[in-house]
Amino acid sequence: MSAKQKQTEEELLNEVTSSEYKYGFTTDIESDTIPKGLSEEVVRIISAKKNEPEWMLDYRLKAYKAWLEMEEPEWANIKYTKPNYQEIIYYSAPKQKPVLDSLDDLDPEMKKMFDKLGISIDEQNKLANVAVDIVMDSVSVATSFKETLAEKGIIFCPISDAIQEHPELVKKYLGTVVPARDNFFSALNSAVFSDGSFCYIPKGVKCPMELSTYFRINEAGTGQFERTLLIADEGSQVSYLEGCTAPMRDENQLHAAVVELIAMDDADIKYSTVQNWYPGNAEGVGGVFNFVTKRGICYKNAKISWTQVETGSAITWKYPSCILKGDNSIGEFFSVAVTNNFQQADTGTKMIHLGKNTKSTIIAKGISAGNSNGNYRGLVRITKGATNSRNFSQCDSLLMGDKCGSHTFPYIEVKNNSSKVEHEATTSKIGEDQIFYCNQRGIGTEEAIALIVNGYCKDVLSQLPMEFAVEAKKLLEISLEGSVG
Amino acid sequence: MISIKNLKAGIEDNLILKGINLEVKAGEVHAIMGPNGSGKSTLACVIAGKEDYQVQEGTIDFEGEDLLELSPEERAHIGVFLSFQYPVEIPGISVSNFIKTSINERRKAKELDPIPAPELLKMMREKMELLNIKKGYLSRNMNEGFSGGEKKRNEIFQMAMLEPKLAILDETDSGLDIDTLRIVANGVNKIKTKDNAIIVITHYQRLLDYIVPDFVHVLHNGRIIKSGSKELAHELEEKGYDWITKEADKKWA
Ligand SMILES: Nc1ncnc2c1ncn2[C@@H]1O[C@H](COP(=O)(O)OP(=O)(O)O)[C@@H](O)[C@H]1O
Ligand SMILES: [Mg+2]
Repeated sequence: MSAKQKQTEEELLNEVTSSEYKYGFTTDIESDTIPKGLSEEVVRIISAKKNEPEWMLDYRLKAYKAWLEMEEPEWANIKYTKPNYQEIIYYSAPKQKPVLDSLDDLDPEMKKMFDKLGISIDEQNKLANVAVDIVMDSVSVATSFKETLAEKGIIFCPISDAIQEHPELVKKYLGTVVPARDNFFSALNSAVFSDGSFCYIPKGVKCPMELSTYFRINEAGTGQFERTLLIADEGSQVSYLEGCTAPMRDENQLHAAVVELIAMDDADIKYSTVQNWYPGNAEGVGGVFNFVTKRGICYKNAKISWTQVETGSAITWKYPSCILKGDNSIGEFFSVAVTNNFQQADTGTKMIHLGKNTKSTIIAKGISAGNSNGNYRGLVRITKGATNSRNFSQCDSLLMGDKCGSHTFPYIEVKNNSSKVEHEATTSKIGEDQIFYCNQRGIGTEEAIALIVNGYCKDVLSQLPMEFAVEAKKLLEISLEGSVG
Repeated sequence: MISIKNLKAGIEDNLILKGINLEVKAGEVHAIMGPNGSGKSTLACVIAGKEDYQVQEGTIDFEGEDLLELSPEERAHIGVFLSFQYPVEIPGISVSNFIKTSINERRKAKELDPIPAPELLKMMREKMELLNIKKGYLSRNMNEGFSGGEKKRNEIFQMAMLEPKLAILDETDSGLDIDTLRIVANGVNKIKTKDNAIIVITHYQRLLDYIVPDFVHVLHNGRIIKSGSKELAHELEEKGYDWITKEADKKWA
């Protein structure tokens, strides 16, 4: 690399370092918070604040007891100071009527915040045909399109409402895909989750619009533990999207969500995430610790497709997975994970093949820049009974600069010989030749990198719903601005 | 159009171009021939602004502008085009998207709005016809899985789309079968006007039967050791390079 190019690279890297997180504002909304720390008492308070039935409280208390006996996992290829769980506030709610009858009743401050986030709810309502549930800190503050959906028998509401209004469904499915004691973070979430979204699509119904949840951590020192439960009944179809942001703060904020998907026979769930939690500053101070458990189960002929674009968080620990229980079921995982500065990501998927003729596809694209570290960790397990099953995995990493790292940890277990697993992995750098080629065609270096990165991520971005693909592309460009390879 | 004077350039301590003088006027076709490793691609890259090469002496004037002061993309914006000897792949980016970006970046530099889609499409269709390119080509990814010939044709397609003032074709003929060579060369001839100029770099006289040069230069060991008319190319074809390179080596020894 020539001296001149090195110099511009340094300039550009400095630019990124100083380019600020776009969503890092806080909002002055009065909140109702409880004292920090975690105890049985706190679990009871949360449950009481939400006026929960006895069975829900029991569920939480059991989870809490399990959690007390569990150890925080250390196997991921990430380094961080473990959070002090007694320093976290487990419940914080904007001090207004938490759930509104209409979005017109929204606090004007909050409305302004949504505008800043680039999600004008009004507009989304009118134009994009997207139903949105917004979870700020611990509670849902707005759900749109409820009535339109209700006409089709679709339930889309805060999970706290579902616990009140549809206890039979919640009770039947909550914790069936991700048991409370599945892991340290799922146990914690099960004990203290304060809100999240619930969705039920009845038999044979094709959801007429995208469903979307927007998460934001606002209050200082709070953790966010949202819980999502999505049930697609036989033959139904739904596409669901979640997005997230958090303000810039010097301390690390904890986010430990659990998402459970249930795809009954012939159902089809597409679950997309654009994760943009605050990544910390250029020196690695602050940022969200994102420890998430996401898992779906597919019954006969069902399909679950996870798509994620992960650009935020100081730490990402996340493995959206599929249990392919029914014969002929399909699991897919499409992921772009970007790390820059001092971000660390250990992310991937698990595909557990139980049924016959089950199929899974994994396309994971890692992009590392700055001093960051990106890891892919994936498990493909084909059990004895899962005859004639197939998996195809492709894990690519793209490095920008020479201070970042990337690793791939594929675990493959095949217990029958009629099945087939294919794994491909590549590591590449953005070539100077590629950049010069673009330059020669009049495309400047910044633009060239954006182009090359977009091309690299194409197979994943093309899986996102249209409106969000555009947003995701922009986000990619912002998070990589200036990181010349 | 372009005037190169006493150009010396190389990589680190290795001087590759040892004093090139070349003058190309609008409407002219110049051929640069010479044995492998003589510095032909280096010359093309230095004109295009590849930063791996350091210019130690000399000047390049392009239509009154000091080319050496401009970035590679700025050179492209004012009409310098290089058809690469080894075009690179850009996975995931379609030919149409790439060319659109390319055209629009140049327009942006000139403070013009992006090209309207129908206009772009119409132009693409015309140029595809010109080069006998099949449908479906535009949605393929840039050079990904292209054969050698397809890559070269893709270069000339971009040249046709970008309508440069000066096009440098670096061994565009290598890897082309005779039919494709004819199509590509005819395409180039149709793009050729009295207002633009072409520098054709080639090993073989073959291409020059189709793209007929006004001048032929022989590059050897970083210097133009002989210039002449198109007859020179025929002579080289018959006699090889030895008869002039030996003489030159003696002179510069
Ligand atoms: N990037 C480079 N690094 C080191 N040496 C180079 C580089 N490019 C060209 N050279 C050297 O310069 C000389 C001329 O190369 P080149 O311009 O590619 O010749 P030609 O195109 O005439 O075959 C060769 O000796 C080659 O090894
Ligand atoms: Mg060459």
